[in-house]
Amino acid sequence: MNQLAYLVPLLPLIGFLINGLGRKSFSKSVIGWIGCGTVLISFIISLILFFDVKNGGGAVISYFNFIEAGKLVIPFAFQIDQLSALFLLIITGVGFLIHVYSTAYMQEEETQHFGRYFAYLNLFIFSMLLLVMGANYVIMFIGWEGVGLCSYLLIGYWFKNDNYNYAAKKAFIMNRIGDLGFLLAIFWLIAKLGTVSFGEVFAHVSSLSAVDLTAITILLFIGAMGKSAQIPLYTWLPDAMAGPTPVSALIHAATMVTAGIYMIARSNVLYSASEVAQNLVAVIGLATALFAATIAIKQNDIKKVLAYSTVSQLGYMFLGLGVGAYTGAVFHVMTHAFFKALLFLGAGSVIHAMHHEQDIRKMGGLKKYLPITHITFLIGCIAISGIPPFSGFFSKDEILAAAYDKNPVYWGLGVAGAAMTAFYMFRLYATTFLGSFRGTHDQEHHLHESPKAMTWPLLILAILSVVGGFLNVPEVLGGHSSLHAFLAPVLTTEVTHETAHTTEYMLMGISVAVAAIAIIFAIGTFSRKPQLDDAAGFGKVLENKWYVDELYDTVIVKPLGNLSAFFKNVVEKSGIDGAVNGVGKLVNYSSRQLRLLQNGQVGSYILFMVLAIIVIVLIWVNDGYIYRFIVKLF
Amino acid sequence: MPIQYYIILSLSLFCIGIVGVLTRRNAIIVFMCVELMLNAVNLLLVAFSKVHYAAAYLVNKATTTGSEAQIFVFFIMVVAAAEVSVGLAIIVMMYRNVHSVDVNFLNRLKN
Repeated sequence: MNQLAYLVPLLPLIGFLINGLGRKSFSKSVIGWIGCGTVLISFIISLILFFDVKNGGGAVISYFNFIEAGKLVIPFAFQIDQLSALFLLIITGVGFLIHVYSTAYMQEEETQHFGRYFAYLNLFIFSMLLLVMGANYVIMFIGWEGVGLCSYLLIGYWFKNDNYNYAAKKAFIMNRIGDLGFLLAIFWLIAKLGTVSFGEVFAHVSSLSAVDLTAITILLFIGAMGKSAQIPLYTWLPDAMAGPTPVSALIHAATMVTAGIYMIARSNVLYSASEVAQNLVAVIGLATALFAATIAIKQNDIKKVLAYSTVSQLGYMFLGLGVGAYTGAVFHVMTHAFFKALLFLGAGSVIHAMHHEQDIRKMGGLKKYLPITHITFLIGCIAISGIPPFSGFFSKDEILAAAYDKNPVYWGLGVAGAAMTAFYMFRLYATTFLGSFRGTHDQEHHLHESPKAMTWPLLILAILSVVGGFLNVPEVLGGHSSLHAFLAPVLTTEVTHETAHTTEYMLMGISVAVAAIAIIFAIGTFSRKPQLDDAAGFGKVLENKWYVDELYDTVIVKPLGNLSAFFKNVVEKSGIDGAVNGVGKLVNYSSRQLRLLQNGQVGSYILFMVLAIIVIVLIWVNDGYIYRFIVKLF
Repeated sequence: MPIQYYIILSLSLFCIGIVGVLTRRNAIIVFMCVELMLNAVNLLLVAFSKVHYAAAYLVNKATTTGSEAQIFVFFIMVVAAAEVSVGLAIIVMMYRNVHSVDVNFLNRLKN
């Protein structure tokens, strides 16, 4: 079955080419069919590959040599194993649902832009598949850059709006900072091991010195920080909400931002060998989880809340990676892909119904107008809050249990974050769907449930959010940790935690109870009296995102801007321009002076001629003595 | 007679020619000075030819060494004659146009 593997990324690439080139000539339905169809076929092939891997298949398939330089050979190879097969399913599965959803959501766009949108979306799927299928860091890096590019293109999809373009640029630049780390890590690996293939690198971990190992893992983690929006490189993700909502769901929640988690899970052998890097990952992850959760509490834009929630959840995944619970992190990637895509698509449905209004203070009482969106959104909220038996509970609990094993403080902070998650999600839910409608009369008149192409993906994702957790029920709750067993061949350095069952019950009980209290509190507070005024005091700090953007602006952007202004105005204008113009002026001036010699007097011309002849003769007399003397001078 | 005398005479004639060309404004005189320079060279060539022949004759009575220079002199004379005819024609045309043979009138190529 492995010979089908190349089709998985190839089909979306073909879809990209067809839609991209034919965007002006095809009708919207043709574009939609091509866009969705290619991803659907990829999904089916991914399913085949997945079951093949499950039955012991899977391999590294090498197609050709991508780079051959001296001893360094980097093959263009795909690796089909448990981890990549799982990610293939998530990417193509969720990707397909979001493609279908987009056909309805983007219906108002002009055909040409509709085609462009689907072309970008297909290109994104292609790059993401390349990222997870690559059998070495270089192929992974190609996908890594590709998804960054698509993210940029899709955030700036409505390119006529300057702010959206700025958001796109911000995302791209932030990602580039991380990419540099990734690239340096690749160079370091090549310098030390002479190979970048996963298998060979992991086999030779022991030959790396502790310093090299720590440097490589931290550089890789910097790459992950950029792509997966961790402190300090997270500020691009909330701004990335400028893109169309399905894009936010697919790229900035379900798939692309989990690339960092995939990369670290893939490199688990390296990370487990470096205590320093692991602790760094855990601390950064935990800090991000808490920090983003506090910001989410005070946001009033429906998509911004979800964006900060995504940053926070990604932080949990990194916490999981940092404490060695690689399966837990990958499991959370999967469940998060389901419920966060669901929440974003639900938000998209709300925005669609509200005619592009995103401020939750102007919503309220949407429950009765959007029944399907309401119920699915509620499921998503429960799932992310970690209430059993919804999927979020199992994955988050696995990470928290592993964190407790490593350090109870991690667990305590993690539970605090989980409580905040439950609180802000239900604040969002209550403000949007409960209470009474606060928008304009005109908006109320036009409220409608979204078309089937939008509600069906919602329903499917809702079902997945409910049952997704049963894939990996821990033994404590009578399950078999099936995902754990499935991923074991890839995540070889997974830390198995051996907490007593009673402790685990207690941990679960506490986190569920805390979440439940937060939910009840949030619903109680915001369904009756939503917070409509601008926040004051500390709330204002949170509403303004801890002023991190302003801080970055003052500390990094402004000094850089001043430096470039200096180079532009002083070095460029008087230095480089001065030199170039000076040469021109000098030639101009000297030729103006020399022109005076050409005075039209025949006598003077002859005089010059005679003088020149005398000089030449003088140079050559005495066996060219003067000539040799002049040559020697120079 | 030592060759130096010929050389000094030729050089003097040549320098007179150059100075004449440089300083005189009458086109006819400039022309005559050019002729003077040409003939200074001719004289030098003939002198060298004679000296070479004399040296070679001592070794071989039937030698023709040095005759090339005399042939050159004839070439120069022919070219000079052609030049004279063209040059004088130009001077005549110039006189017809500007009623003067002053070379400083011929500065119209300026600018």
